[in-house]
Order: sequence, then structure tokens, then C-alpha cells
Amino acid sequence: MLKILNLEAGYGPLRILKGVSLHVKQGEAVAILGANGAGKTTLLKTIAGILKPRCGDIVFRGQKINSQSPEKIVEKGGAMVPEGRHVFSALTVKENLMLGAYTRYGKNNREEVAQTLEQVYSLFGILRERHLQLAGTLSGGQQQMLAIGRALMSGPKLLMMDEPSLGAAPLVIRDIYQAVEGLKRNGLTILLIEQNARAALAVADRAYVLETGQIVVEGTSEELRHNPEVQRAYLGKEYQSIDE
Amino acid sequence: MSQTQMYKAQIETISREDLTQLQIERMQSTLNRVYRNVAFYRTAFDSYRVNLERLKDLDRLRELPFTTREDLRKSYPYNMFAVPLRDIVRIHSTSGTTDRPIVIGYTRSDLRNWTECAARVLTAAGITEQDVVQIALDFNLFSEGFGFHQGAEQIGASVIPASLTTSVKKQIVLMKDFKTSVLISTPSHTSNIAAEIEKLQVHPEGLHLRLGLFCGDRWTEAVRRQIEQRLRILFIDTYGLTEIMSPGIAGECSFRQGLHINEDHFIAEIIDPKTLQPVEAGQEGELVLTTITKEGFPLIRYRTGDMTSLNLQPCPCGRTLARMARVTARSDDLILFNGIGFYPSQIEKILLSIEGTSPHYQIILDRKDGIDTLSIKVEISDSIPGLDEVRVLETLRSQIYRRIKTALDLEARIVFVEPKSLHRETDSRQRVIDRRLENKG
Repeated sequence: MLKILNLEAGYGPLRILKGVSLHVKQGEAVAILGANGAGKTTLLKTIAGILKPRCGDIVFRGQKINSQSPEKIVEKGGAMVPEGRHVFSALTVKENLMLGAYTRYGKNNREEVAQTLEQVYSLFGILRERHLQLAGTLSGGQQQMLAIGRALMSGPKLLMMDEPSLGAAPLVIRDIYQAVEGLKRNGLTILLIEQNARAALAVADRAYVLETGQIVVEGTSEELRHNPEVQRAYLGKEYQSIDE
Repeated sequence: MSQTQMYKAQIETISREDLTQLQIERMQSTLNRVYRNVAFYRTAFDSYRVNLERLKDLDRLRELPFTTREDLRKSYPYNMFAVPLRDIVRIHSTSGTTDRPIVIGYTRSDLRNWTECAARVLTAAGITEQDVVQIALDFNLFSEGFGFHQGAEQIGASVIPASLTTSVKKQIVLMKDFKTSVLISTPSHTSNIAAEIEKLQVHPEGLHLRLGLFCGDRWTEAVRRQIEQRLRILFIDTYGLTEIMSPGIAGECSFRQGLHINEDHFIAEIIDPKTLQPVEAGQEGELVLTTITKEGFPLIRYRTGDMTSLNLQPCPCGRTLARMARVTARSDDLILFNGIGFYPSQIEKILLSIEGTSPHYQIILDRKDGIDTLSIKVEISDSIPGLDEVRVLETLRSQIYRRIKTALDLEARIVFVEPKSLHRETDSRQRVIDRRLENKG
């Protein structure tokens, strides 16, 4: 589905990613773990086409997408849920969702889009309930659900999520991850970026650990959960989690 | 044996393209880790001016320096470990009677990978949960006994840790009474067992043995055939190194056309041991291994000293993992004699092709009055008729002499010794005694 080889990217003189290689197979959920500033978001932005890679290859569904625009990548089936939600607060929930489907607009697709909307509503009941409410009046967790729903409206093959649990209450995190698991069960391929390693490893099949722009550990979630380095650095080994 | 069983078909039949991606990812993360955690590698990479960010494909691995046995000895005991000792759950070591040994640490995940690799090797050999597996290997600092044990348990076979300390007689009793179906041992110990079975006049068919696995020593196809005929079973070869993982690096499948390397855990290269440059694809050379999943004791471009060649063609068994040819010689037991290089295994091959001799031999190199001499002690087998006749022995001697002369262009003095007078279980290094440099001019 997605294959990245020796990716280098950054901002201006800053080199953030220093030769990152990874892959995501069809139907797989893969997590990228790492501390603040490790380059996680840069990685996602580069895949989504927001940043141009300096070097390396990004192959998405068999095609090189190195310097394609974000909207082309959305059309190809790559949707991103940005960090910090970025919903349009002055628009209603439904309007926000419909915006997510802008690449699919057209007379012939009305039916399909309506279907997707129905799926999103059934995934996040709260969005159906509040579909006429302004997005800005939703709680943080609800806005996160809205952002995920909006990404799903494009009918993606690969869903990329940047820190979906950031700033959300533990109970909301649980809801969000339940939804993510549901999506995975339905066969959606997911690339997930998280600082909340515990939550991410619970849903992901495999994971990579990014440190200062380089991958230092990779393996199945099971392997990473038992990796002492990962435990110390990202799982807070000696502490019991509150969201379990 | 038509349908080959696989322990992890998804990996064992992976496409070369997917495997390459996996290897690159794992290679890069391993290199990043060793550079951060192992002083030896940080110094080595820095002094070679290696920029890890530039290592973009598997071929670029060649830019990195080698790791040698000597490097590992110098790091005794824990200097090459890439994780703190508290993360290590098992420690093995090489013997090293004369030098400092090499100490190898395994993390929990290393043990899991090792067990899986061993299970793959055993499954490829044809072992299933129905089997009773007798492991006649040492369970000590060497890792082999443990590796086979873990792998066989993982498959679900019934495991008998018979070990090597049990006498040969006891091994045979176990084999009979416990209905052993698979024997795992070194070729030399197996041949001792075979000899004892003949002596005790136990008919091989009276045993439940159906399969044997070799590990440890090097041996020739002729030795394998000989043991197979004596025990009436097939023997499968495996490849492992205590420094890396043993068993688990590679193993034969039922087609026995090379040993499948677990390439998702190791990157294999073949180099010319003299020029240190990669050889042409398919040519023989020294095997160099890079571990790409190990946490405790990762090794980058480790020179194994084992001579082999690689075959990337998919195997009739369905596996796509590269196959290495059976290791018959080491890059470093090449004997140079009067400008001619030869391997002890070549002598062994010749001896085996001549009736009336046994594969037990000793090569002695000496220097008298500035002239180098080569003599070969050969055990004669007691099965040859007319053993006591000088004429028969003379014919045999000149036959061996001529074969060695034609095949290797070596002039060797042949000395016959009594059957079973040469050590068998000893290290193969003792097969060669080189006295040429000992306090003589």
C-alpha cells in the first residue's frame, strides 16, 4: 500500500527526516512512535504532500507520489487527520463532513457520498446527533471525531492520523481508539502517529520508533510492548496506565 | 515429502522486493542503534567516515567496516552489548581455550526470534509435532543444544535433552525406548552412535528413527552418505554460529539443495577473503553476516570465516529465501604448503573415495632442515580383508599417495595407524598439526 525509502525532508535549513524507510501493507495498522520533535509530524506531512521530500521515494498504491500536491494524494486515496483537529468552527458538523468529500463531488457520486456520510454517522453517533451544530461548539474529543469523519468522507484507502489522542480526555481517547479499531476491522489501512504509545500499540499491528529523524526500533506491536527501551522511554514502565 | 511444511510461510515465501524493503528498514534501524549504543561501532563508523544517512540500499552496506572474531574477543566480556545488562536475559559464550572467549547476550526479544528461526529450520527439515526429538548436543555455554531445544518445543515436538554427556550406549537406549524419531547431533557424534549401533547389533530398522539433523562440524557429502547408509535415514544440514545464533541462521529443506537463510533476520554477503571485495553473484567466497533484528548483540558485517556461495533462485520447496551452499571449508583453515593451498576437507574427500580407509585422519606439517614435510595419518578400517598383509597396505598407501598427488599436486607421506586410534570428538582444528614454525630454523 505505502512504501517509503530513505526519505529526507525538513523546513528550510532544518533537516528533520534523515533517511527514513518504512512500509504499510494493505489492511494493516502501523504506528509511528516518538517523542516531541522526533519528526513524526514532518513524516506525515511529507507523505500527505504538504511538504516536499528532499530525497527518497514515497510509493503509494504502486505509484510514486513524491512531489504531488495534497489534493492529488487525497484523490489517490490518502486522507490525513491533522494534529489539533483543524475543523472549520464556523461551519456546522455536516458542512465540515461534506467538505471532506470535495474530491468526490459530482452528479453521479451523490448516492455514494450520502452512503459514506451514513457510515460516518454510524461510526460516531454524536456527529449525527449534532449535525446542525457549529463545529466550534463541540468538545475537543468530538472535534477529533469530526476530523476523522471528515477524512473518511473522501473514501480513503489509507487513513493517516496525527496524534488523535492529543489533548483528549481518557474516556474520549478510548472512544476514538474504539472507532479506529472498527475502521481497521473493516479493512481500512491506517498509519498512526502517536505519543501515546500504549494506546497506539494496542490498535496497531506493527510500529516504528522515530528518534531525531531516524528509525531506531521497528517490529510488531507485541515486540515493541516488550522491548525494554520502548517501555522505559514511551510506556513509563514502572507505572500502571490510567486508561487501561 | 512432496508438500513442504513451513513455519512462517508469509516470510519464507516473501517476494524479493518486499524482502528488500524489510531488510533496508531493519538494517537502517540496526545501524542507528549500534551507532548510538555500541562504542566499538561508533568509533569504527567514525574512523571510516561512514555517514549512516547515506546508506540507502543494501549494496551500500559494503561501505561499512567488517567485524572480526578478534574484535569480539577484544570486547570481552560485555563491551559489544547494545543494551544494558539488565535487559539481557541469557548469556552464552564460545569456548576459547587459548584466547578470550566471545560472550553473547540475548534480550527477551532475541530469544523469541532465535526460537522462531530454530523452529523454521526444524520445520524445513520436516520435523512436526508428531516427532520425538533427541538432542545429543552439549547444553552448556554453547548455544546449539538450547536453540534446537527451544525450536523443537515451539513446534510442539517431544524433546529429549539427551545432551552429549550421556554415553553413546545410553543414547541408543533412549533412542530405542523413547521411540526417538529425530536425532540432532554433530556428524562425528552421530558416526560414533552409528558405530555403536553396529557393535551392539541393533538393527537400524528396529529403531523409530526417521530423520537426522547435523550441526556443528563441517563434513563432506560422502560422510553424510556413509552415515545415512549406516542408520538408514536422511540427514539434514543446519547452519548456525554461536556468535550470532545457533541454530537458526540457515537450514536445508527436504530438497537438500542448499540451506535457506532466514533473510528477514540476517543480510548475507559473500566476499573474497583475500581482496575483501564482493564476489560475482553465485561465486564461492567467505560468508559475511549482518544481523538486522538482534537487540542484545547486533553484529555488522561479521566475517564468519565460512566458505560458501549464495543462490537466489526460488527453491522447488516454494521458499524464496536465498540458499547458501553447504559450508565445506573455512576461509582460514586453508593450508599453504610449498606454495600450494588446500583444505583438510579435500583430503577427507579423497580418503573417503578409497576403499579400506576411514575418514579419520590427521594432517601433520613439519619442517626438517629447512625442508617442509607433509604427512597424513590415516586410520585404516578393520573391514578390509588381508589387513595384515604388507602388500595390501603398500597398494593402499600408493593409491592414496597418487590420488592426493593428482588431485592436489601434493607430495604427502602416508602413515597408517590403528583403527580408532585418532581422536574423533575433538575439535576439527586438531586434524591439522602445523609444527613448521616451532623453534626450528
